[in-house]
This record gives sequence, structure tokens and C-alpha cells, in this order.
Amino acid sequence: MADTAIRAHQDLPHRVVDRVVVRFAGDSGDGMQLTGDRFTTSSALLGNDLSTLPDFPAEIRAPAGTLAGVSAFQVHISDHDILTPGDRPDVLVAMNPAALRTNIADLDPGSTVIVNTDAFEERNLHKAGYTSNPLEDGSLKGFRLYQVPMTSITMEAVKPSGTKPRDAERSKNFFALGLISFMYTRPVEPTLEWIQQRFAKAPMVAAANTLAFKAGWNFGDTAELFDSVFEVRPAHLEPGTYTNISGNTAIAWGLIAASQLSELPLFLGSYPITPASDILHELSKHKNFGVRTMQAEDEIAGIGAALGAAYGGALGVTTTSGPGIALKSETMGLAVSLELPLLILDIQRGGPSTGLPTKTEQADLLQAMYGRHGESPIPIVAPATPGDCFFVAIEAARIALRYRTPVLILSDGYLANGAEPWRVPDVASLPDIRVPFATAANHEYPDGTPAFWPYLRDPDTLARAWAVPGTPGLEHRIGGLEKADGSGAVSYAPANHDRMVHLRAAKVAGIARDIPPVVVDDPDGDSDLLLLGWGSTYGAIAAAARRARARGHRVATAHLRHLNPFPANLGDVVRRYPRILVPEMNLGQLVKLVRAEFLVDAMPLSKVSGQPFRAAEVERAVLDLLGDTGAATGTDRTDNGTVAETVEDQ
Amino acid sequence: MTDVAVPVTTKKDWTSDQEVRWCPGCGDYSILTAVQMLMPELGVRREDTVFISGIGCSSRFPYYMNTYGIHSIHGRAPAIATGLAVTRPELHVWVITGDGDALSIGGNHLLHALRRNVKLTILLFNNQIYGLTKGQYSPTSEEGKVTKSTPFGSLDHPYNPVSLALGAEATFVARTHDMDRKHMMETFRRAHEHRGASLVEVYQNCNVFNDGAFEEITAKDARPHMLIPLRHGEPIRFGPEGERGVVMDGGVARIVEVADAGVEALAVHDEHREDPSFAFALSRLATGPHTPTPIGVFRDVQRIDYGSQVNQQLVEATTTKGPADLAALLSSGSTWTVG
Repeated sequence: MADTAIRAHQDLPHRVVDRVVVRFAGDSGDGMQLTGDRFTTSSALLGNDLSTLPDFPAEIRAPAGTLAGVSAFQVHISDHDILTPGDRPDVLVAMNPAALRTNIADLDPGSTVIVNTDAFEERNLHKAGYTSNPLEDGSLKGFRLYQVPMTSITMEAVKPSGTKPRDAERSKNFFALGLISFMYTRPVEPTLEWIQQRFAKAPMVAAANTLAFKAGWNFGDTAELFDSVFEVRPAHLEPGTYTNISGNTAIAWGLIAASQLSELPLFLGSYPITPASDILHELSKHKNFGVRTMQAEDEIAGIGAALGAAYGGALGVTTTSGPGIALKSETMGLAVSLELPLLILDIQRGGPSTGLPTKTEQADLLQAMYGRHGESPIPIVAPATPGDCFFVAIEAARIALRYRTPVLILSDGYLANGAEPWRVPDVASLPDIRVPFATAANHEYPDGTPAFWPYLRDPDTLARAWAVPGTPGLEHRIGGLEKADGSGAVSYAPANHDRMVHLRAAKVAGIARDIPPVVVDDPDGDSDLLLLGWGSTYGAIAAAARRARARGHRVATAHLRHLNPFPANLGDVVRRYPRILVPEMNLGQLVKLVRAEFLVDAMPLSKVSGQPFRAAEVERAVLDLLGDTGAATGTDRTDNGTVAETVEDQ
Repeated sequence: MTDVAVPVTTKKDWTSDQEVRWCPGCGDYSILTAVQMLMPELGVRREDTVFISGIGCSSRFPYYMNTYGIHSIHGRAPAIATGLAVTRPELHVWVITGDGDALSIGGNHLLHALRRNVKLTILLFNNQIYGLTKGQYSPTSEEGKVTKSTPFGSLDHPYNPVSLALGAEATFVARTHDMDRKHMMETFRRAHEHRGASLVEVYQNCNVFNDGAFEEITAKDARPHMLIPLRHGEPIRFGPEGERGVVMDGGVARIVEVADAGVEALAVHDEHREDPSFAFALSRLATGPHTPTPIGVFRDVQRIDYGSQVNQQLVEATTTKGPADLAALLSSGSTWTVG
């Protein structure tokens, strides 16, 4: 095992498969996220299409070996266009009994299970709640079980690096990565180079991880465990340059792009909160783009500072999640009253209260719509995929700047941490979102004196004039008190308030004229069912529709990027279909809005487990609605269910 | 900002066309006048000046200044002003707040603006009462205060705003009062000139809900006996004949008769001490406006302001990472090419 060369696969036949779903699971300290991320990157570099689902506990280091401490990373790689991280893993790597126990129910019989046998000792089995060793009691019969003493081989393999035994053990995730990389014939060099870069400051760790990775690879080759290795060939993606991107990185880059495109400096006021913090981290790296990031004293200060920056002519942004959005409500109301551009990014997580910090949910939609006192309309946009986060950030900035309004972006934990190959856009193709500041008086008093009235509006957009401090002659005061239409002076006049409430509502409603119509994907033109979604459910809904169509059903889909206002054609679209199903990771929020707005009998499909929809779950609901009692194309058993069918994800 | 000389202005130029709506006799009027009279003397432009306030009687202030301004929400003015000051360092940003706004609902933001040393001039109008909500006790009200919300007397121990600011290591902390325009103007001028966060506590009379709260120390004939003027480099003494003074006794400030202690025993005021303990000790001399109370500048030390540091990082990042290149950023991860 001390052999440090990487061997070829010459002795084993290659089996070409079109797709595979691998899940790495271990203790939260085992480095499973890193392992999954590296496997993803090497697959991306190979040209596969892919989609990922990290799933980790809120605790940084939950007690080792416990069920609560299990951290998992699922990646779906394929040679064709895919939409989801996969319903069920084909391969599970379980680093300890707890990881096996919490994940095995997601596998279909016949799937591959690779376990670290060194971890299956009495204490760990007990912590995981096993009364007998599953490796010995026959309970894994039906799976392709590979038992590998990963810890002990790793410790032996890394000896030449001089690493102490206690530290040596920590390289075992690289052993697992090496082994799976061998199985799936992933390129080796990018990972080896990455190890050198990542651990450049700790050469001993770099050496240990390199040795462990190679040992894993070579173990696959020499241990004669496998009768073949697998190839997943490059997908036929649209020509271009691709990079693997997570939703949070994409949204951060989208904000930087929006700053460049608007020629306004970016200011982020943010308080750390999972899963939004990575946006703060990413933006903090790019100060050479003129990006100012401020880690504020609390959520309220984060949005307050962003609003202050917006008053000064910056692109003001605040990021948050969960309870943080509640804390920002009052300042969002002020932004509505001040009519200043402001971006509020809500990376939704499970609630209420602290809820599920690391799990995903879409249950903030109604709060985004209505969660402020008074009539306080705010435009809402939502990305559908990790890569889409980039474009949605630019679109939100466009709306905010053009209409002088706060805009809410509703991403979620699944998009934030999930990743997909993303075709790098040509910068020249991005929209021009510049808006002019006011530079001259816009009003004249009867005696001819020029004046600046901050609440005079553009007749088309109803946006008010935006004059920034430093502009001579346009000094003015704005505030949260109701303002007189036009002059902006404080006014408590009943008719004026009525007018201003209607003006603010009309301004936001009018954005519908300035956004693209919702696109309906309806191959039949007059399908029996419309699947209407928003946000991160896009992949599962689209995959489910493909499956249902493959069975001969007539199913249409439409996915909303703009949730307030709705695209102008949405009413026509929903009235066209006899049945409408709205899958959401909440108890039915968009469906309420659609029913209220259009008086149609749209039906909810809810999931609030902190996990994204599986395509099979949406497909099942579609089949039920259409009276198809057959089993879903994908496995459609429940988490503790029994039915097993072929897995043919699209 | 241009190189053209700042135009000569008068108080009128700094006065907006809005009718002032404080109660007749409110101490806020004299503070407004002091600020409006001071502005022409500061050599700044109206368009470069911004007043940001929260909620409360004092927070109506920006409406009356012919400058840029925001009347924001309760307690949040320091946070909003921070975002503006950091992105527009050339502006002169003033925060107008009160004891409820700054110390109760917005206590957190005040502390953090001070410790970050954001370039803000913060005027805290302390009238020891909630005026706009018609007379509830405030976080600076004395214990046992009988108000609408405390018919049996308040139980809360009050803040001393100067002590609080010094505890947050504010780089400029001063106190003045609404009965002395000259002292206000001089104190506000010093606060404006300070490069960093400056906090000025202004004792302000609410003649409707807490009339006479400061009368014991600010009435004209009481001042010589009850106000301890702080002057940098001078022994701290007061009284009509300067017959009383302040000594430091084991880190604690104590009032003595100069005749007993001797002039050389008096503490010499030093605004510029790095260690805020000396100023803090002075701030503890009076726990309420009923005993001799120091006024003037407690502390004035130099520390680079937050906005300058933020903007310095942008320059440094551009030096080390090169100028902004969006296309390069979007391809900065591992990339591969298809087709």
C-alpha cells in the first residue's frame, strides 16, 4: 500500500453507464462535504452534467459516531442533461455505523454499499443504535456490500508522510475519494493538484492526503473487489466554458456583476447566519471590485447600513435566512416608504424560529409578500437552479434600481449549497442596468423658484427621482412618515395617504409590464395538468413531468421566477388547464396566492421535511391526479416504504 | 466635491422651509438654533451634509435642516448612517437621536457605531423621558420616577450615556446642555472636527413631560456651583470663585474644596489619554443632574475611523488582486470547455 504511484485500470473491464448517484456519508468531522465536493469537481472537469445535494447537521461537531452527527453529500453525475441530485443513491459510502443506519433506507436493493469496517466496532454500533452488527447479521443482504478497512489502510499508507497516528486517521476521507474515483474512472491529476494547493501551508497534511488518496485508488485496483470499473461519459452540453457553481457563489457573483453593470459600488450589510453566510464570505474576497462588506452587529443593522448606502447611491444589499428575515421586516418597510433600491436576499431554511438551520424550505413566500405592517408591497424574485442564482441577482438589481424599490430574492438552502455545471456567460451579453441620478431641479414654484421634489414620479415606471447627497441644489429630507405626493413633505392628509398607498402598489404591480411572460412547457399544447412551481423545485418538477410524459400522460409545466408581481400572462395560463398542481416545500403558499389572484382550483403538493422534493414524489402525485395507479417510474416508496422499481431518472 | 471655495452661508441657508413642530418652549429649539448657527462656520457645503435620525421628538430634527436627511426608524439611525458614511466618506453625516432612541431600542447600534469609530457626529438629546409617546420613563430616567407607565415609581437603574460611550471606547465623548448656546456650538464644532465617531450628550428640557429635569444644574445661577467645566490641560475646578475641584483618588474622581486639598492636588484634565478610565472616572462624578456635573469634552483621542479602513482595504485589494475583471471572476473556478 505504500506504493505511491497511481496505477491504470488496465486489468478491469470498463462498463459505460449513463448516470450514477453517489452519496458519501460519515461523521460531521469526517470531511464528507469536502470529499463530495472533490468528486463533483473532477466529474465536472470530465464534462459530466451533475447536480449535488449536501446534507449536514447544524452542529459543527455533533458527538462523534451518533446519528445526529451524520453529514452526507450526494452527487448525481451523468452523460446527459439532468435536473436533480437523484432520488436514490446507487452507491453509498458509509464511514461508520451511524452513516449506514441513517442512509441505507434511501437505497434500492442491488445498490452498492461501501463501508469502513474499522468503524464498525461495539461502541460505534451501540451509538448508532444497532443491536447487532449489520455487516454480519445479514441485514444488508440484497446490496452489493464492499467491506474496506479504510482507517487502518489509511494509517498504514500515510506513514511515509511522518504524520502522527492520531492525525493520520483523518485522511481516510481521501482514501474513500481515491477508491470511488477509481471505481468511476475519474481523473486523478486535478485532485492531486488541488490537495497541494489547499494544504500548501501544511505540507505534512498534503503529503498524508495524497498518500491516502492514492492508497484508495490502488486499493480498488489491487484488492480485486470489483469485476469492472465504470465510465460516465461527458454530457452533450451546449458549447461554452463551464464551471461548477453553487447557488451561494452564483448569487454573490451575480451581485458583483450587477454592481459592474449598474456602475454602482456594491455594499453588503450582513449578519452571519446559516445558510446565507457564504455569500458574505464570497463577497468579502472581492474588494478589488469595489465591494464593501460589513459584518454588522445584528440583522437589523445589516439591512439598515445597506439602506443608508443605497441613499448615498450604492447598490445596497443584505443577506439573511430564517429568523433574520423577520428582524429585517421593519427596515424593509422603511425602504418601501423611502422608495430606494435595496436587495434583500433570503436564503430560506426550515422554520419556524431557529427551525432547521442547515435544511431547506420555501416557507417564507407569504412573509415576503405580506410580512410587513401596512400596505407594503415588495417585488419578489426566486432562482430555480444554482446557476440561475447569478441571473436572478442581476434581475433583482435591475428591478430595484429602475423602480427605486426594495426587492426580495428568495433562494433556499438547497440552491445555496447545491451545485451544477454552469455555462459561464459572456459578460457582453449581460443587461445594461444603469439608471441616472437626479442632477437638476424637477419642479418650479409659482414664483419661478426651482425646487427638487423627491416624490415626483416617472410617468411610466412611477419610480421617484433619486438624488444622492453631494448633489448641489437637490437637498431634501425623506423618512418613514407618510409623504405628500410629489413634494415628499410630511403629510397626514387622508386623501394623500390613500393616493400614496395606491401609487406604491401601482408601481410594484406595473413591473409586470417589464418582465417576461411565464414560459409554459407543454408538448401537447392542451395538457390535462399544469405543474406550477417556483424556486428550487424546478428540477424535481421538470424531471417528474418528463417521466409522466414518458408514460403517455399530457403534463405541462411552468416555473415562476417573478412572484411579485406575477408575469402578466399567468392568469391566462392557469385558466387554460383543468388541473393545476403546485409543488412547494411549504404547506401551500404559492398555491394560496394563485387561488386568491385568479380564482382557480389549484392544488398544493407539500413537502416540509427539510429535504428537497424527489422527482418520484412529484411524479407520484401527478399519476394520482391523472388516475394512473401504476408505480411511479422512479422508486416511489416512502422513506420507510417498501415498493422498489427500476431507477431511471432523467 | 469640487475645489471651488465653499460659499459663504448664513443660518437662513441651513434652515428648511418646514414649519417646526416641537412644543413651544421645548429645549429642542435651542439645539436646532445652535446647529443652524454653527453650520455656516464649519466651512462645509449643504449638499455634503446629511442629518439622519431615528424616532422620537428629537428625530424630527432633519426636517428642519436644509441639507440631505433621513428621518428613519426607531433606534436604527446609527446603523443607517454607518452604511452611508462608509460608502460616502466625503460626506458629513450627523446622527440626531434621543435617550429612548439611542439607549433603549437602538442601544446596540450606538455601541457598535462607537466601537467601530464610524465617522459620525452623534447628538444625543437626553431629556430623561419619552415625549412623543406622551410621557413614559426612559432609560435615563432616575429610579423611582412616577410616569404614566410607572404609577408606583420606575424600578430601572438608569444609564449614564457618557459612561456608556466611554465603556464602548468612543474616541470623542462630550456633554453640553440646551441652556447654553455658546457651549453647545463649541462642543458641536469639536464633535464635527473629530475624525471618527463623536458622541455629544445634550441635556435637554422637555417642558411638557419632564419639565425642569436639569434645572438644578443648568439654571443660570446654579451653573457656577453645579457644572464642572472640563478644559484640556487645566486643573478641574468649579464654583463661583473656583473654590471647588476634582481630585483622582485611587482611580475614583472626588470633589474637594481647593482650600483643603491644594491646587496642585487637583486632577488636570487630559482629553487625549488613550486609556478611557480617567474620563470614565469623571463621568461617574454625578449619577443624575442633581449634584455637580462635568460638562465639556471628556475624551478626544485619534483612532483611524472605520470607513477609512474599509476604503483602504479596497485600495489594497486592487493593488494585490488587480483591477475588477468580471469575465475573469466568472472563470476563476475550475473550468472546462464543451464544443
